[in-house]
Formats: sequence, C-alpha cells, structure tokens
Amino acid sequence: MDIGAQNAAVKVALGRRYHFAASHRLHNPALSEEENWRLYGKCNNPYGHGHNYTVEVLVSGKVDPATGMIANLADLDGFVQSEVLEPFDHKSLNEDVAAFQSTVPTTENLCIEIYRRLKPFPKAKLECVRVQETSNNSFEYAGDHPEGFEG
Amino acid sequence: MVLLTRKIEFAASHRYHNPDFSPEENRRVFGKCNNPHGHGHNYTLEVTVAGEPDPVTGMVLDLKDLKEILEREVMQRMDHRFLNYEVPELAGQIPTCENIALVIWNLLDPQIKQGKLHRVRLYETPDLFADCYRNSANGAKA
Repeated sequence: MDIGAQNAAVKVALGRRYHFAASHRLHNPALSEEENWRLYGKCNNPYGHGHNYTVEVLVSGKVDPATGMIANLADLDGFVQSEVLEPFDHKSLNEDVAAFQSTVPTTENLCIEIYRRLKPFPKAKLECVRVQETSNNSFEYAGDHPEGFEG
Repeated sequence: MVLLTRKIEFAASHRYHNPDFSPEENRRVFGKCNNPHGHGHNYTLEVTVAGEPDPVTGMVLDLKDLKEILEREVMQRMDHRFLNYEVPELAGQIPTCENIALVIWNLLDPQIKQGKLHRVRLYETPDLFADCYRNSANGAKA
C-alpha cells in the first residue's frame, strides 16, 4: 500500500476555526416579561450583552493530489468571511441578522443558521458546525445527520 | 466502547510546491506557503483509539505502548524535520495538514493491536486541523 495515498477506507476532513464578536438578547415576544426573565435570566437584559464566538467548521472530501488539499483554505476562508463573519462580526444578532428577527438567537439557533449559510460551500462537503459561545459551552450541528460526522 | 486519546506535539518545517505548476501558479495556489525556503509549525497530534477495557487491566490499550508507537512512528520521523525532504512517506506529495494526517493514519493503523484506531486529528495551528476517520460506507461507527 502506498502509505501516503488516500484510499476508500479513510475519510479525511479539514477543520478550521473562526472568531467573531457579537451581541444578543434572549427574549421571546410570545412570552410575558416574567416568563422571559424566568426562562432566560440575565440573558434577557433589555439592552443585550455580547460574546466572543468561535466557529469551528468541518468539511470533508477527496484530497486533491495536485494540491494536497480538500479545499483551498483561501476559498473556505473567503466563503466564511462573506457568509458569516461580515454579517455577524461586531453586530447585534437580534437587530442586524434577518433570521433572528423571528427566532431567539440562542447559540443553538446561531449554530443552525451558520450551518445553513455554509452548506452551499461549493468546494467540499460541510460536515459539521460547532459554535463556542464561551470557553465553557459549545453547540454542534451536522444538518439532519443525527449523530454528526462520526455517524 | 470507550475512546482513549493521547496527544503529542512536534515541530517541523514544510513547503507547498507542485513542480508541475508554473512559479506563478504555485504562488497563486499556495500563497506564502510556497516560500522557497519553507516555514514551520508546532503541530499537535491527537490520536484516538476505540475499544473495550480489558477486564484484567481495565485498559483499552496500555498508554505506555501507545506512547512508544507515537515516539517511533511519528516523533522520530517528523519532529524537527523538514517534511518535504526528510520524511520519505511524504515524498512527491504536498505536505498539507490533510496529507500529513493521512500518512500518520496509515503509519499508526497497523501498529494499534489492542483496540482500533478511531481518529487522527492533526493541528497545524490552533485554528486549523485535519481529521482522519475510518470510512464506513454503511454509516456504522468504526
């Protein structure tokens, strides 16, 4: 066996982390003020608050022998920049992102929204998006694939 | 099934260059990674082995054995080396994170006799890594 060659028995994925800072407020207008406060606690603060988010993007595909790459990082970086970082970085998720006009911008929903935006990446298959809201909590979404990348 | 992960770090240099490309094409595709004299990284390797703990030892595999395998197969081959010129398994290949991870997978897989190699994750920087998994066409976990 050629030890450097990719064979059908091995799946290769490329993971890349990106960072952005944004504010949000967890508030559901269908609930009373008291219910919102009870449910979301200090995250319901009317003026919002912010986080430094980390987004981990995992894409898979065949490694091109000419470049050694699944996808050129410049292409992936450019796509994530235009689809996620530019619209989200230093923004209010509630006010500046259309999807969160009607959905509470929890990090679960943020993760799904980022997945939806990145799924059309043309150069590789999006496997999974993981969003870290703080160093102590993170959320993962792999589309309809219930067990994620490994499943 | 239990997953066990061991982490090691090594430092190495590399250069991205495809001799079939023109100099302009090499610069366009590989950017500053095409610098003729190379550049380097501190790589972090996470090796995950899956298995059932042995009833006598309580271990999936002896971490000492895994440590020795990683020392022999990865550290001695790659640590403080110029990957393009000094690692024969990478000869003729672009030493991207994907290709290095694949070489490491192919080196380690036959050496893991207890449990089964589950994942190789190689970080080139904290924000960039490649994963290798056993491909299971039927979707079952390896």
